[in-house]
Amino acid sequence: MSAAPTLPGRGHGQFLRGLLALLLAPGLASVAVAMEPLPFESPEQEARFRALAAELRCVMCQNQSLADSNAGIASDLRREVFGLMQEGKSDTEIKAFLTERYGEFVLYQPPVAPRTWLLWFGPLLVLLAGATTVVVIVRRRRPASELPPPAEGEDW
Amino acid sequence: MWKRLLPLAVFLGLAGLLYAGIRMNERREAEGRDPNALPSALIGRQAPAFTLPELHDPSTTISTEQLRGAPWLLNVWGSWCPACRIEHPFVTQLAATGRIKVVGLNYKDDPVEAKRWLARYGDAYAHIPVDADGRTAIDWGVAGAPESFLVGADGTVLYKHVGPLTPDIIKREILGRLPESLR
Repeated sequence: MSAAPTLPGRGHGQFLRGLLALLLAPGLASVAVAMEPLPFESPEQEARFRALAAELRCVMCQNQSLADSNAGIASDLRREVFGLMQEGKSDTEIKAFLTERYGEFVLYQPPVAPRTWLLWFGPLLVLLAGATTVVVIVRRRRPASELPPPAEGEDW
Repeated sequence: MWKRLLPLAVFLGLAGLLYAGIRMNERREAEGRDPNALPSALIGRQAPAFTLPELHDPSTTISTEQLRGAPWLLNVWGSWCPACRIEHPFVTQLAATGRIKVVGLNYKDDPVEAKRWLARYGDAYAHIPVDADGRTAIDWGVAGAPESFLVGADGTVLYKHVGPLTPDIIKREILGRLPESLR
């Protein structure tokens, strides 16, 4: 049984690379989608706007960023963000403006606070728990491997 | 022995957790609450101020300052919004009781269409401020229509509902929050 289907005349590496490109393609494409033209003064300003819009969540369609969404409210909020940038507001001030109105939900990166510690460091805890389990299992197995192999069908 | 049962225990624990999650959503839906609804950042704070032209007479304006002194309901609607039509009879009924002033924020609408819609489905709003470009809605943290906000006599936002109002929600969440004398 082969582990992964291969295309004729292609190696595994090439196949995987193709698959990876395919998986990443929608992510790259969505950045360019759904943005109405705004009168940017410079490419730097446009880059800053795009970075900010990608960090903010659309409040209507909860799994899209402000940059990706073509919902009416997302376009209004993009205009608002652009207006605040024109007024010389910093990224922090713009995020505060939106958080005040829509809550922390609009931030894709929630602030690191005691209340969000589990969210930020939870995955690390899970990783540590997994690593500990692996270490414990490996340590227990070592002496066993010097003994004759266990009988067939015996579980861990 | 316990080692053999450990994977099963982990599986059952996880299954239980996921099942509880599903049940929680079902319960919220049964209570008429949208499980995806977000808590409003406004609750307990002063209602964002606005001064907007009235739909029926754009030469006059209505402001949050003028509404202070009695509880009022801000009902965000638009003639383009199908769900607004569903809740509209209940909103009209509520306004007709006279227990609370119902203010209909006309959100990103065409005034002609808006008036036609009201003529067709009924108009019991005490005031209809017009938010043509949606700027006021952003101040209120509105994501779409319909949305409703209960504002206390002192101008504090007491409650927010996203989506169409139902008789049950009006009774429990809106009338239930009014002072005794108005219930």
